[in-house]
Amino acid sequence: MATDLTQDSTTSDAALGEINKYDFITPSHDVFKAEKGLNAGIVAQISEMKNEPAWMREFRLESFKIFESKPMPNWGGDIGIDFQDIYYYLKPTNEQGRTWDDVPQEIKDTFDKLGIPEAEKKYLAGVKAQFESEVVYGSLQEDLGKKGVIFTDTDTAVREHPELLREYFGKIIPPSDNKFAALNSAVWSGGSFIYVPPGVKIEFPLQAYFRINAEQMGQFERTMIIVDEGAEVHYVEGCTAPMYTTESLHSAVVEIMVKKNGRCRYTTIQNWANNIYNLVTKRAMAYENSLMEWIDGNLGSRLTMKYPAVYLMEPGARGEILSIAFSSKGQHQDAGAKVVHCAPHTKSRIISKSISKNGGRSSYRGLCKVEDGAVGSKSNVVCDALILDSDSRSDTYPYIEVEEQDVQVEHEASVSRIGEEQLFYLMSRGLTEAEASSMIVSGFIEPLIKELPMEYAVEMNRLIELQMEGSVG
Amino acid sequence: MTDTLKISDLHVAVEGKPILRGVNLTIRRGETHALMGPNGSGKSTLGNAIMGHPGYEVTGGTIALNDGNVLEWDASERARAGIFMAFQRPMAIPGVKMADFLRHATTNVRNPDRKEGEELIPMRQFRKELTENMEQLRMDVEFARRYVNDGFSGGEMKRAEILQMAMLRPKFAILDETDSGLDVDAVKLASESIAQIGSDAGGGEKMGILIITHHDKLLDRNAPDFTHVMLGGRIVETGGIELARELYTDGYDRIRAAYPEAAAAEESMTETATV
Repeated sequence: MATDLTQDSTTSDAALGEINKYDFITPSHDVFKAEKGLNAGIVAQISEMKNEPAWMREFRLESFKIFESKPMPNWGGDIGIDFQDIYYYLKPTNEQGRTWDDVPQEIKDTFDKLGIPEAEKKYLAGVKAQFESEVVYGSLQEDLGKKGVIFTDTDTAVREHPELLREYFGKIIPPSDNKFAALNSAVWSGGSFIYVPPGVKIEFPLQAYFRINAEQMGQFERTMIIVDEGAEVHYVEGCTAPMYTTESLHSAVVEIMVKKNGRCRYTTIQNWANNIYNLVTKRAMAYENSLMEWIDGNLGSRLTMKYPAVYLMEPGARGEILSIAFSSKGQHQDAGAKVVHCAPHTKSRIISKSISKNGGRSSYRGLCKVEDGAVGSKSNVVCDALILDSDSRSDTYPYIEVEEQDVQVEHEASVSRIGEEQLFYLMSRGLTEAEASSMIVSGFIEPLIKELPMEYAVEMNRLIELQMEGSVG
Repeated sequence: MTDTLKISDLHVAVEGKPILRGVNLTIRRGETHALMGPNGSGKSTLGNAIMGHPGYEVTGGTIALNDGNVLEWDASERARAGIFMAFQRPMAIPGVKMADFLRHATTNVRNPDRKEGEELIPMRQFRKELTENMEQLRMDVEFARRYVNDGFSGGEMKRAEILQMAMLRPKFAILDETDSGLDVDAVKLASESIAQIGSDAGGGEKMGILIITHHDKLLDRNAPDFTHVMLGGRIVETGGIELARELYTDGYDRIRAAYPEAAAAEESMTETATV
């Protein structure tokens, strides 16, 4: 079913700018590092450094065995990772070695162009181990606490909320799910833990950097969200600002449980440096009449493989996945979505958009599965790709497995190029070629942008403009 | 000095095939010209070549706007120099709202030296002008929030093109079959609007207008000072309004008979087109 759509139009492919100008070499930290590479000893050492209970230590070691036994995925992108050339654990310290002066001017300029507040800039640049949030968000945290909401980092949750955490940890995404889920399970650190009690509706989006006493965003973070019956939450992770890590592998696991009548929206906007392999497993279980929404924006990275999933477990459950990928020179975005209809009258909708530019490659890879007995289920998948020049590429790999007759499954895919005609039309009204391209791209991703919280929408639009700047000769 | 758009001995090819074979046409600001001719004679090609469509290759001749060499400018620069074309089939730009697009376009055309990223015209002023122009064209305000030409009916597209002409207030406007696909009332409204917009390109100055049409309705309110007949990629005859009247009642038989060479060129072009 795969279609390979390399383009050959004569659209401008002149002097194309680099999409991701943000990767830079970070100075070394004066922090504890586990030694380079990975073995059972290092896994045990990570657990020991964190003073973890025995069950977590066992879980890690067991996961490590699974990691060793699993082959690398033989599909998706080229994963050129030397697992022995990576540090798997950095103990966070209060004083980091990096200072604001160490951050390259180019990055600071990018922050300015994106309009990121001063305090957040330092956090994002890794200058601060944590965002100075206590003053601003202290009252917020207190408010949430009164309602019984738990919002903390996952390491703290292991210590303070073990029963709650243990009930689902590694159950939604077992370590045996795939090699990278196993790796994360063995070496994870940081990430968010959220519990929303029955009937509690959180009105504003919870953001990762609201977290207090959080460990710095690591490369193996582990996030878990439990939305109890009738509860609602919107969690926002990442930022349009470029992400820096010292290591080239980012492999997160996100597990979400949405109980009866609950609603959860998880928004991610990430902009990785060009050297990063971003291999993430995200999955939600949605129960009776609940709604799970993933909004996933992926920019940058050398290779991203990410397919947010929703398992629709009980009647009336709904899953929506909206994803967008932007890839440029040397980048491959293999992104998509997965929905599994396990119960009758469940609904899913997937909208995927990708933009490839300056030799970048975007793939949509999606699975829609309807199990036997899931009568009256409906699924709608739309994926659109936009290719900006003749060096770039887009592929679509939709997998549809339907084991039930009485269902409605729709799939539409389109690939378009920024056409000479559209450019000419806008230019004939006085827009420059760069402005015209940028406008066409903004229009293309508009369906996603309008789902974002306002400040993210503004940032995202600015980021797209920045990335389009000077992209056409 | 009156602004003048001067086309001299223009030759244009599309995908290597010659379409225009030496067109001469001079339009002064304030004049209305009608361009008529059978289908495939090269009328739209002339419009697109003046506007700077990259698919229309100029193989000979010149286009000058006063002292400026139009052929050296891309479409954007031509627009900012005051040239406008209302297209027969304008492109849809999904996801881009009419209002955003128009505000950007209006800013650039009114301030041709604007650098990318500089301020757009103030929202309040823009909105006021847009609303006035939309009322004039009997368009619903909701229209401004729709995506550019996306899912527009034929009539809406044409009206949107006229709206752009009203906002951009060009020195020279080319209207490519702006009356096609419209019902009688819509043509009447278009005709009135064009006359009204054309009479004021800002500062009380008139536009120079080139109307490409097969019908008389658009010319009711826009009586041409000159009527040109195109055949086989050339303007073969020029007259006044009486020529336009003759053509839409009697057709092109007399013209074909009078200019056998152009008629032969027309035939060869039509043949190539059908192949």
